[in-house]
Amino acid sequence: MSYPADYKYTKEHEWISVDGAKGTVGITDYAQNSLGDIVFVDLPKVGAELKAGEIFGSVESVKAVSDLYSPVTGTVAEVNEALKDAPEKINADANSTWMLKVDISDASEVDGLLSAADYEKFVSEETGH
Amino acid sequence: MSETATPLRKTALNAVHRAAKAKMVDFGGWDMPVDCCGLTAEHMAVRTGVGVFDVSHMGDIQLRGPGSLAAIQKLCMNDASKLQVGQAQYSAMLYPNGTFVDDVVVHKLSDNDYLIVINAGTREKDVQWVRQVIGGMPSVHMNDFSDYYTQLAIQGPRAQETLQKLTPVDLSQIKNYWFTWGQVCGLHNVMIARTGYTGEDGFEIYIPSDEPTSARVWGEVLEAGKEFGILPCGLGARNTLRLEAAMALYGHEISDTINVFEAGLGRYAKLEKGDFVGRDALVKVQEEGGPKRKLVGLEMVERGIGRDGYPVFSPNGTRIGEITSGSPAPFLKKNIALAYVPVEFTALDTEVAVEIRGQMVKAKVVPTPFYKRAKK
Repeated sequence: MSYPADYKYTKEHEWISVDGAKGTVGITDYAQNSLGDIVFVDLPKVGAELKAGEIFGSVESVKAVSDLYSPVTGTVAEVNEALKDAPEKINADANSTWMLKVDISDASEVDGLLSAADYEKFVSEETGH
Repeated sequence: MSETATPLRKTALNAVHRAAKAKMVDFGGWDMPVDCCGLTAEHMAVRTGVGVFDVSHMGDIQLRGPGSLAAIQKLCMNDASKLQVGQAQYSAMLYPNGTFVDDVVVHKLSDNDYLIVINAGTREKDVQWVRQVIGGMPSVHMNDFSDYYTQLAIQGPRAQETLQKLTPVDLSQIKNYWFTWGQVCGLHNVMIARTGYTGEDGFEIYIPSDEPTSARVWGEVLEAGKEFGILPCGLGARNTLRLEAAMALYGHEISDTINVFEAGLGRYAKLEKGDFVGRDALVKVQEEGGPKRKLVGLEMVERGIGRDGYPVFSPNGTRIGEITSGSPAPFLKKNIALAYVPVEFTALDTEVAVEIRGQMVKAKVVPTPFYKRAKK
């Protein structure tokens, strides 16, 4: 499993790639692998307000539902509509399959997120291997 | 982890599953593979080719002796007197109030010898129950053979061709829900049953449960099925396959709070065969005009997946029931569910709503099974 070093991560297994005040959000390779075949993604609409640490949507595999947590506070600028019909793209490439683009309201929140190395350590501790 | 956890039980193939990097889960106290190579791929392999499941966690109770038929007749709702040697039947053990101890498959091994295959999660309870019910009955002896077998389910339209490579027994002569004994992978006297829990044709074989034998046979089955695209399958696919076929799962569609008629399994309850545990309660349900609620099949009409435990509402917003099993159906490519609703909501095409994380999502009543394999 791979976790790009220039992304930041949550303990709920989302990644965010930050470019100035714009953030791009997806779920991690670990998350897609744990979920298995993803069949359904429920995402907010453009303009929706997100709060760091709060649920913004859900992702479902055949066997499970998992909530999605926003890494940052901000406003939804863009939604990856392609996932509605092709959610399996997330399984194929979780690191480059984005869900939302967000206008970040407080850039300092990003600093509180996990680095790739910290996230990888967190995952290995959580799963015990 | 502060609680004292009971160590999970393992089948003889546990190390094989782990070495193959299957995702493992705790299922009824067993460390079982839930996903071996992708649930959807496994599901499709069984519908279109062949798949193999380790179902060694299932339990096996043997009743033996001249009193064994009488004991089975008392214990189980179906009529085992109709069974011929080599034949199996779906049945259930009931509590006196007509609800389920467990659903079972009864195999008639010989005139005085029956094998009852039971669920893993209910094993201890079932064994106790059998002991309690047959206690005091003459000339019957019970053995718990649960740990004696590694049970493999080879399922799918190419199951026969796969297994045929490993046995001299002419499998085409075994009818659905019949079984025989024969050589499999060089092992003698293996029970080969044309049974399963996938809605597909297939076989279940019962081999000795030592690890080397189990691993060898597992490997030979995978090798034999290679040309048909065989996949090792986990409990995830087993669940979606049985759900498409609308087969009951204990703790979901059937339990100690659900009676036989509610579950739609009345055709397996032979009230005319004589007394059995639960019969009086079932007669009473009939006399009172049948059950007030019934199990129905639902298909989601709007976008959303109804899952186990989600509440079901009438179109005017009254809560009327609950989903017992719900999932995307990988072969049918629909979102389906089984749910208990009052009888007035059971007609086909009745519109209902499922509450999915606070949202009302439209669904309708559809015929079950959702999937039925083509007759040959």
